[in-house]
Amino acid sequence: MRSALVERTTDTAEAESPRQVSARLIYFSSASGYTHRFVGKLGFAAEQVARLPLMTKEPTLLATEPFVLVLPTYGGGDGKGAVPKQVIKFLNVKANRDLIQGVIAGGNTNFYEAYCLAGDIVSAKCGVPLMYRFELMGTAEDVVAVREGLERFWEQR
Amino acid sequence: MAEAVKTLDHVVAINWNRIQDDKDVEVWNRLTSNFWLPEKVPLSNDIQSWATLTEDEKTLTMRVFTGLTLLDTIQGTVGAVSLIPDSLTTHEEAVYTNIAFMESVHAKSYSSIFSTLANTKQIDDAFRWSQENENLQRKAKIILDFYHGDDPLKKKVASTILESFLFYSGFYLPMYWSSHAKLTNTADLIRLIIRDEAVHGYYIGYKFQRGVETERAERQAELKDYTFELLFELYENEVQYTHDLYDSVGLAEDVKKFLHYNANKALMNLGYEAMFPSTVTDVNPAILSALSPNADENHDFFSGSGSSYVIGKAENTEDDDWDF
Repeated sequence: MRSALVERTTDTAEAESPRQVSARLIYFSSASGYTHRFVGKLGFAAEQVARLPLMTKEPTLLATEPFVLVLPTYGGGDGKGAVPKQVIKFLNVKANRDLIQGVIAGGNTNFYEAYCLAGDIVSAKCGVPLMYRFELMGTAEDVVAVREGLERFWEQR
Repeated sequence: MAEAVKTLDHVVAINWNRIQDDKDVEVWNRLTSNFWLPEKVPLSNDIQSWATLTEDEKTLTMRVFTGLTLLDTIQGTVGAVSLIPDSLTTHEEAVYTNIAFMESVHAKSYSSIFSTLANTKQIDDAFRWSQENENLQRKAKIILDFYHGDDPLKKKVASTILESFLFYSGFYLPMYWSSHAKLTNTADLIRLIIRDEAVHGYYIGYKFQRGVETERAERQAELKDYTFELLFELYENEVQYTHDLYDSVGLAEDVKKFLHYNANKALMNLGYEAMFPSTVTDVNPAILSALSPNADENHDFFSGSGSSYVIGKAENTEDDDWDF
């Protein structure tokens, strides 16, 4: 090994109580940060966007207005584990499911039928449209399509 | 044998109950649950289909697969192993040993394809061609030079570009055959390799980005310049190699789009923005569909009328954690 990493302390999370957020775009991004980069490129105001906690043991978020969910797909063989655990925890809260309007999924075509599978699963379970798929951190075209698409979608609501 | 690859001077007993980077565990679990062997793919079902190919098409296919064998051999025997001494955690070391082994499985699986479809003379001729092809040997040499170098981050760049870009001039062909309903079992096997390479490129690229974060701005700029220079050098070589292989069947231009598309993904795996504009990454939809049937469907809710959007269907992939 070159150097030891400082061990992370993650025990700061207190009692399990979801933090309320008023955001139109809620997303999860793992430590690799691809979805975070994609959402950042969309250029929405900071108060319109909320990121789900990185660690499953942290309290999840509680949405207070209609929102669109952006999430990556974890690449697996049989599709198990495609939806990040942190997203499952967030959607297990009924109040959050009541407010979700649609889902946008990241993935990689290298995963054959599992490409953006997390989006299909959330769409099926919550009965909301899979609005868009993008690969890794998204191309410039993906960013424009999603930014303009979401703006139109929110205007029409 | 070339000079020895550096190994660790000091080893710490690995403790999987103390994790410094959750990605190590996540990727280890992903790789082990994706484990496969070529024996599980019924390659012999492709024998009849193989007989329908012309001699040129057979020669092309054999050459493509010997080229891929060379890359997998490099990655298994030298590449992934050379990354071990630079690891930040013991778990990262373990992940590289997994990657190295899997690359050896990939390399062996091409031999399974050969022995199923071709005779000894065809196999020997194809291996001889790959040893004599300048452009294939040049790409191997460029990558090997970095693996023998002493810059840990540049090694990761070379490795990610290999995993996420250099294979794809070869991967194109089984996707092409699959889209014509030929060699479909072979294509199934290659898709397993393609899936593994995605995880490898993702992980090595992730470790590269964690390393870059700790560097000063000057060095970060140097690494970025280096990445684009190396990619461009390898790209130019890859274009020549593509012509060497595919001119005989008139597919070179189509393959190049696939190269651009995957070069962009290699850059993204390293944390950089895509380089090739969408005007040259418009991969043949039949190839994209062979790679991922979902990629070709129109899932753009935003550009549609809004009345015919798709609700996902994925009931058979339940995880235990869902409460609804």
